[in-house]
Formats: sequence, structure tokens, C-alpha cells
Amino acid sequence: MSHRPTGAQNPRDAAGVAAPPATAAMAMGPTESRRSALRLNASMVIGAVLVVLILGLALVSFFWTPYDPGEIDPVARLQSGSLDHPFGTDKFGRDTLTWVMYGARITLLVGVVAVGIALLIGTPIGIIAAIFAKQPWGIWIDAVIMRANDILLAFPALLLAIVFAAVFSPGTGPAMVAVGIAAIPGFARVARSGTLQVLGSEYVRAAKASNRGAPAIAAVHVLPNIAGMVIVQASVAFAISVLAEAGLSFLGLGTQAPVPSWGRMLQESQQFLSTHPELALWPGVFIALAVLGFNLLGDGLRDRFDPKMEARGA
Amino acid sequence: MLNYALSRATQFALSLIFASVVVFALMSLLPGNAAQVALGTNATPEAVAALEAQYGLDRPPVIRYFDWVLGMLGGDFGTSYVTGAEITPVIVSSVQVTAILVIAAIALSVVIAVPLGTFAALEQRNWIGVTISAASQIGIAIPNFLAAIILVIVFSLTLGWFPSQGWMAPIEGFGGFLLRLVLPVVSLALVQAAILTRYVRSAVLDVMREDFIRTARAKGLTRTKALFVHGLRNAAIPVITVAGVQLATLLVGAVIIEQIFVLPGIGSELVRAVANRDLVAVQGIVMVLVLLVLIINLVVDILVPVIDPRIRSAA
Repeated sequence: MSHRPTGAQNPRDAAGVAAPPATAAMAMGPTESRRSALRLNASMVIGAVLVVLILGLALVSFFWTPYDPGEIDPVARLQSGSLDHPFGTDKFGRDTLTWVMYGARITLLVGVVAVGIALLIGTPIGIIAAIFAKQPWGIWIDAVIMRANDILLAFPALLLAIVFAAVFSPGTGPAMVAVGIAAIPGFARVARSGTLQVLGSEYVRAAKASNRGAPAIAAVHVLPNIAGMVIVQASVAFAISVLAEAGLSFLGLGTQAPVPSWGRMLQESQQFLSTHPELALWPGVFIALAVLGFNLLGDGLRDRFDPKMEARGA
Repeated sequence: MLNYALSRATQFALSLIFASVVVFALMSLLPGNAAQVALGTNATPEAVAALEAQYGLDRPPVIRYFDWVLGMLGGDFGTSYVTGAEITPVIVSSVQVTAILVIAAIALSVVIAVPLGTFAALEQRNWIGVTISAASQIGIAIPNFLAAIILVIVFSLTLGWFPSQGWMAPIEGFGGFLLRLVLPVVSLALVQAAILTRYVRSAVLDVMREDFIRTARAKGLTRTKALFVHGLRNAAIPVITVAGVQLATLLVGAVIIEQIFVLPGIGSELVRAVANRDLVAVQGIVMVLVLLVLIINLVVDILVPVIDPRIRSAA
């Protein structure tokens, strides 16, 4: 089974699928390549702008927010957008814009920690598996690692996070760790397939001939060459973790009150859907923008780092 | 082919065993023990010990593990320490609701995505193709629970076409059953359709570059005809793999949708079990969900070489 380097939504998608023809990239004409160069810039730029927007909201919230997130104002309950409260207020009269800004923090925190866990564990696992796969005596080690990886794939992020919430009481911490663990296989697969490609190259053969050891080859040749694909995977995994955090908090199993989180804002808006649908609007919009931003960024980066994907237009 | 199927089946069995060990170990990790958790922190040590003895919790973990696994193999998921009720009937009835929901959602998303994705690939350079691509990109970013809330606001609270929540078994009234199914299924299917559209589009684009399509075109077939006669079967392979993954995603995604629409599915049972700290139920439900995910993966893995002779010979 060939593992194509792809940072797509779920790493299983490449499994069991015939590799695309190697000529795909060459088959396209000059116009098409210029066209896709433009398109990839568009996804990357829009993605980057959205990510910077979310990042900015979170950063600014440390210095300034329109109100205090805990500030309850019984007079100004359930207001629509106004000059005083641009995004309106919730059932306690708390300012929605303030909450959205604070919510960005949790979203980014969960993403950074989860992706960090997955990247720091998954990438070395993938590299090591690939190095063993290249040794005649090490194929079974690679097989064991990758099968273990497949087993982990049977636990989707949300399910693992729910299990963690059951075992260690619900909270942001267990959620981050669970989402991170669930994302490990994706990084391991990307790192493994990238490493296999690099190890087959001329320059690695030259390095081996000059008696470089496996760790040195991994550090000098493999890491810089697979970094692009790993970054793409990180971007996609970030989007998935934003979704998972929002989903968990929506279920009440993620970030707990009184810490502001978009998922919980959305959940709390449910009882007012018929009278104040705009309460669901803002957290919903920002969850979608964050996911869209990281997905687009990942797409744009993928087109940049993987010329094969450019032609596929995926 | 037989060897391949056997190795997949072995992997399936190993995965299931591994998952059961992990789930059991996680649940045993719990600070305090299940009896304490079930009775709460105020329980007297005597009461805890009595409950432990009643449910055999004082036995060594290895014995309890095998007891649990053998029970599940015989279709017995045990008894809840919290409610004292049998768990198997709860799982059996709730999994049916979830199955209906998930199968309807994947069917709907395939029905939406295959034509849209094919169209987007054929009209790649037109504004139509670009619009479909952009719309699917935005669709992917909308979590299913947000889609559900929007659908409820528009079609239930504003237009009043569908009920905003609730469930009716098909035998109680088929019309009511369908009516209550529409919004949950659509909210699950929309996001998956958006993702699937992108895969269909890229699979069709890949196929259109194949030599056999060029040959077919050289023989005088139109682009569309070449695609329909020779291409779609080939494009189906990556799409089936992705649809399989999505089925697994939907199963878990349904947890949230069942909460929103108050459906008595397995996801609602899981959330309730977690909230009640009903660990026996959590264990059982998680194993059922993992089992279903693994079965889906196994079926996809075996189905793909059946459809594609090239992979069959490679395997």
C-alpha cells in the first residue's frame, strides 16, 4: 500500500488508493500553472488574513476588551447589536464582543497545545518508521508502528475527548490532550511518506556513502525536506482541533464556565434561538472563520510545498 | 486477494482488542474507583465496599477485564452502577436511531456531492466550477452543530416547516418519523457533502488526465461521454475510501446533532453516561462506536480492491 504525502482532512484517504500518475504535474499547460499559482496565493492570503484576525482578537483581549467578561448588567440583557454593544449581550447582559475576544484565546490555546502534542510525537514516529522500513531487518518494526497508528485512527478526536472527559473530569486540559493524541496518526503518516521519498533520493545515498549515520541524515536531510508537509498537516490539524474544542464545549464536556469559549456560547444561545437568534450568530461565525482560515492556509501551503497537489487542484 | 482480506481481518481483530484494553485501562485509571464515583464522595466506606462486592469490583483488574470482554462477546454489556439497569437494551435501541441518522446522512451527502463534484471538475475553469469549489470550502468550515442551529432558526422557528426537536419511531407514524429526520440528517449531510464534493472533484480531475481517457477522446468520444463510460468507475475508488472515513466521522459527529435535536441515539446515551459518571455505560458505548468505526474501515479496505483490479493484483 502506498502512502501518498497528503495533508488532507483525514490521513486515511490516501490509504488503499492508487497513486496518481507521476505525469499529472507535467501534463498541465503553462496557462494552467499560472492560473493555479494565482489561486494558491488567494487561498493562502485569505487563510493568513483570517488566522491573523483570530490571533489579533486573542492578543488584544489581553490588553483591552470593551467590557470585563464577568461584568453582569441586568438592565442590558439580551440586547441586539448597538453602539455600546456591537455584537449585543447575552442573558446576563455580558458583552458578546468581549466574550468572542476571550473565546479566541481558548480556541488558539487548544489548537496550539493539541497540534504541538501531535506534531512533536507524530513526526518523529513517522520518521523512525520510515528509516526502519528502509532496512531489510526493520520492516516489521515499521509495520508494527504503522499498525499501531492505524489503531489510533479508530478513535476519532471527539470520541477520545469524550472518553477523557469521562475519566478526568471535563475541562480544557483533557480536551487538548485528547485532541492532540487523536491527531498523532496524521502527522506520523505524513512524516513517514515524506521521509520515504527523501530516503530514496540521490543526496541521501551520497550521505550514506560518506558514512553519515541515520540520526544525522534525519536531522540534516529529512527534517528540512518534510517540514513543508508537516506544516500543512499542522494547519489542517489546527482546523480540526478548533472544531473538536467547539463541539466538546457545546456538549458541555470541554471548556467549563466561567471561561469564555465559542462552543459554550453557542450552546447557551440555544434556549434563546426563537427570540434572539443573533446570540448564536457571533460564536458561530467566528468558529467558521477560524476553521476556514486554517483550512485555506493549509491548502495554500500545500500547493506551495507539494507541486503534485497543484495539478490536482484539491 | 484472500491473503489481503485475511490480513485486514487480523488487523481488525487486533485493533478491537487493543481498543478494549485502552478503554478498560483508562476507566480503571480513575482516581478512586467506580463504586466510589457512582455513590459520590459522601458515601460511607461500608457502602462503597458493599457495592464493590456486589459488582465484583474487588476482583483483580485482569479478571474484571476478561469478564467484561467475554460478556460483550456474548452481547452483555453489563449493569450500570449508577442506575442499576442493564446496558445492552439501551445500546441496542439507541444504536438503531443513530444508524438511521448516519446512513441517511451519508446517502444524502453522496447524492449531493457526486454530481456537484463531477460538474465542478468538468467546469473547472468556469465561474460555476469556481463557485462550487468556494462554496464547498465554506461548507467545510461550518461545524455540523452550527449548520443545525441555522437550519432550526430558518426552517423550524421561522418557517415552521419542521419540528425543531424530537423523535418518532417509524412504526408510530412514518410521516412524523420522516419529518423529524429531515433537519438532523441535512445538518449532518451538508458538511460531509462539502468535503466529499472536493474529493469527487479532485478524483474526476485526476481521472480526466489518464491515458485511457485521452484514448477514448481520440476515438471520438466527448469529454462527458468519456468520463461516464470510462472515468467514473476509476474516480469512484478514492471517493469510496473518503466516504468510508466520513461514515466514521458522522457516527461521532452525530453525538452533537443528537443532543441538539434531542434524539434518543447512542451519542445522547454517551453524553448522558459521561454526565452521570456511569462508567460501565461509557465503556460499553465507546466500544460499540469503535467497533462500528473499525467495521466501516474493514469494509472499505476490502471493497476497494474488489472495485479496482489494479489494487487487487498489487495486494
